[in-house]
Amino acid sequence: MNALETVALSRRRRRVWALRDCDLAVPEGAVTALVGANGAGKTTLLHVAVGLLAPTDGEILVFGRPSGRRGADLARVAFVAQEKPLFGSFTVAEMLRFANATNPGFDLAAARARIAEADIDPRRRAARLSGGQRTLVALALALGKRAGLLLLDEPLAELDPLARLQVRGALMAAVAETGATVVLSSHDLAELAETCDHLVLLDRGRVRLAGEVEALRDRHRVITGPGEAAADVRELADVVHQSGTERQTTALIRTHLPDLPLGERPGIEEIVLGYLRRPEAP
Amino acid sequence: MIEFRLDRGSGVTPYLQLIRQVRQAVRLGRLREGDRLPPAREVVAALGINPNTVHKAYRELEHDGLVRSRPGVGTFVTAGAAASDAAQDPGVRSGLTDWVEAAERAGLDHEDMRAVFDSVLAERDAARTGSGRT
Repeated sequence: MNALETVALSRRRRRVWALRDCDLAVPEGAVTALVGANGAGKTTLLHVAVGLLAPTDGEILVFGRPSGRRGADLARVAFVAQEKPLFGSFTVAEMLRFANATNPGFDLAAARARIAEADIDPRRRAARLSGGQRTLVALALALGKRAGLLLLDEPLAELDPLARLQVRGALMAAVAETGATVVLSSHDLAELAETCDHLVLLDRGRVRLAGEVEALRDRHRVITGPGEAAADVRELADVVHQSGTERQTTALIRTHLPDLPLGERPGIEEIVLGYLRRPEAP
Repeated sequence: MIEFRLDRGSGVTPYLQLIRQVRQAVRLGRLREGDRLPPAREVVAALGINPNTVHKAYRELEHDGLVRSRPGVGTFVTAGAAASDAAQDPGVRSGLTDWVEAAERAGLDHEDMRAVFDSVLAERDAARTGSGRT
């Protein structure tokens, strides 16, 4: 079963389409990178998935059921917003108790263990936590819900390098332990390449590219050669992005032949950059 | 016990880096028969990489016969892995040391030496398969 699925999902705010005809599927257990330029619709998609916004049109399913705001729907999804909102005057221990009291099925012992593993003093007030600690507490609270689907909006933004590694480590360890499905948005393509096995690329509210990372890499090639060679390739594949001169040109192409014996199999970063550079490409 | 590290600027995927580090540790005798590889959870917590990457690397090492996974217990270095003791052969090693010294006298730095070494290996691979692919 898919943990998250959208069918022709659209969301309009006043006269602007934040999401338009989005079809995508996130299989259970996947760690999915949600990428795209600012304003592409990443946060809107996460807000619709968690039930904070309603679709204007189309459908969004969480574990096969429409996402919604009732208790049973909310328990299936955990969301860490970009601002990681915590109650500033609460201590960490108080926040855990509050989460335990308000979320049926909350795993208080596991949440406490995660706080201890992150070396955070439970007596510390939220307002006095560092950015990395805030994220780790927000993550421990979200994971404590034991939701099958975890949505994170730019969890690593504005963290220093060591905090980024700690948060990534905590998140990946949780995936290894619980098998939870994760969707996380980020701008750091190198980090996403190491943490994610699926990808969704949004572009001005539409899905440009979606699927398993290795399968996407199979379907793309980077070829280098004289300009006319790139022209010949058009018979076999779509050219996503091309740069260089007549004499020497480099092209990212998309093919339907998985074993195309041509060029190099690109990394996922190179693929995403190719699409972002050419907004009108196939 | 081996502690993995990642060289993020190397351009080598984490998957290959894990595999190479285990192979290297076995060849150099730092991992011996019966030694346990760190559990996937520990590796991903330390390195912040996808658990599938660790599982895939361990499976590949198992496929090569270097380690064996015992479900619910862990992944352990096998007896067969010791066969690579040949890499420790003093004759093989001293021959290479002589070569490195000669290369140093010729003014090659370590990167030059690796390039020469890799190109010789690539030539031999090409000669063996006859296809020229590496």
